[in-house]
Amino acid sequence: MAPQHPQAPTSLKTRGRSRGIMPTVFWRIAEDIPPHLKWFLVALSILLPIGLWWFLAFQGAKFIPFPGEVWQALVTLQKQGVLQKDTLASCFRVGCGFLLAALLSAPIGIAMGTFASIRALCEPIIGIVRYMPSPAFIPLLILYFDIGELTKIILIFIGTVFFNVLMIMDAVKFVPKELIEATYTLGGLRHQVLFQVITPHVIPNILDAFRVNMAASWNLVVVAELVNANEGLGKRIELAQRTLSTDKIFGYLIVLGLLGLAIDLFFQLLLRLFCRWAVD
Amino acid sequence: MHLETFNLYKHFTTRQGQLLVLKDINLHVETGQFVCAVGASGSGKTTLLRLIAGLEMPTSGKIMVDGKPVLGPGAERGMVFQSYTLYPWMSVAKNVGFGLKLQGVAKSLRSQRVAEYLDVVGLSQFANAYPRELSGGMKQRVAIARALASQPKILLMDEPFGALDVQTKATMQEFLLDLWRRTGTSILMITHDVEEAVFLSQRIYVLTARPGSIQQEVQLNLPPERTYTTRRQPNFQHYQDEIMDLLRTKPSPDIA
Repeated sequence: MAPQHPQAPTSLKTRGRSRGIMPTVFWRIAEDIPPHLKWFLVALSILLPIGLWWFLAFQGAKFIPFPGEVWQALVTLQKQGVLQKDTLASCFRVGCGFLLAALLSAPIGIAMGTFASIRALCEPIIGIVRYMPSPAFIPLLILYFDIGELTKIILIFIGTVFFNVLMIMDAVKFVPKELIEATYTLGGLRHQVLFQVITPHVIPNILDAFRVNMAASWNLVVVAELVNANEGLGKRIELAQRTLSTDKIFGYLIVLGLLGLAIDLFFQLLLRLFCRWAVD
Repeated sequence: MHLETFNLYKHFTTRQGQLLVLKDINLHVETGQFVCAVGASGSGKTTLLRLIAGLEMPTSGKIMVDGKPVLGPGAERGMVFQSYTLYPWMSVAKNVGFGLKLQGVAKSLRSQRVAEYLDVVGLSQFANAYPRELSGGMKQRVAIARALASQPKILLMDEPFGALDVQTKATMQEFLLDLWRRTGTSILMITHDVEEAVFLSQRIYVLTARPGSIQQEVQLNLPPERTYTTRRQPNFQHYQDEIMDLLRTKPSPDIA
């Protein structure tokens, strides 16, 4: 214990405690901040890293291009049509793999959440397989499906389907039991409870699961393209590395980030359009 | 309508072993009656209502509605839960009509019936509102309308006003009495609120706790027209005291 100063017996009381909680704007918990402060911080969140980046480039740091150079590189690639081709190729792979995973995971997840029997049947194997990192499947996929589009699509599928299933299954557990029982007392049959009560109740959670797991798809498409591809955002990054074109790498990373953000916002828009009851 | 239970027993299996929740329950409700079952927590009153609703099966004994045994839930026994059980993604009108939709009632008849029962519960102007925009009392009125829209033989109510504040509760009680008089629906309601039971019903089953069994059946001779002044009548107070005393006295422990 620290020695007590004899002349400060009231120090505990005067150290702010007796005055209660100090008023604040920045540190308010679970409260909004004024809009001007919000927009200032939002701008800072983007401009500060760009400023730091520009400063590092200005200092002549190794392999750090100026923001302007990156922009120029992107404009050149866009004029050559390379940027569009790469974006399209990557989006196609993510789209196919993710759509496949979504179409399969929604019914399986709902079934596992609804029926303890299906859960007992599927949960153990999914629990094991989902811990196998999907990039580790690449050698096998190449052996089975050859180096082509199918391998990349299946890789994305494997990487997202199990997480989707488990998140959707968990969402079903939060459907109130009383809501299901109320449906029975209204004359509802089991299949009606499944399709008309449980399913609509978890649709917002399904969209949320998709939104979260989309990020994994973007990771995997780059991994797949690094292994082998003719075009794609990940492939171009690898090609740029060979020629030390860090301006292109920076540019493509930004494109990947912006595409991901756009998809995220798209899912949020879907939620607002079709599940208004579940949004705030 | 004739609802009757015969020697109902219900056991639950717990870690401590078999737990007797309901013991030898014999009760009946006749057409158009408003009957309450009053009991403290632990009297198994919710379990009793769930058995009658068909959401759970009795360990022994049987439940008959119009001579037919209850084997599972069905729309002819409408239920109103204590928690608000509205479908959050459906408008008020869709909620009220959902039972009819489940039963395959044609859309035109459905919307007619929905309008009718929204009017009964006084929520016509909220037909397109969503449950989250409603107050607790309004949500329960939607739930009542939803149960009534299927035109059940009996309405089962599990402490429907338990989560409401005192003022809303009093308003809802008068609303329910008025609705009962207008529609002639048979009602079996369980509650722990003795005053509520005396105010609403014509007959009361007083339940003991652990295990729940019927201690006494009390026939109420109060005027059918009940308003807030009814509560000030001497015999209202008398019934309330009588039931309070019954709930307080412990039944002689079984020597078994």
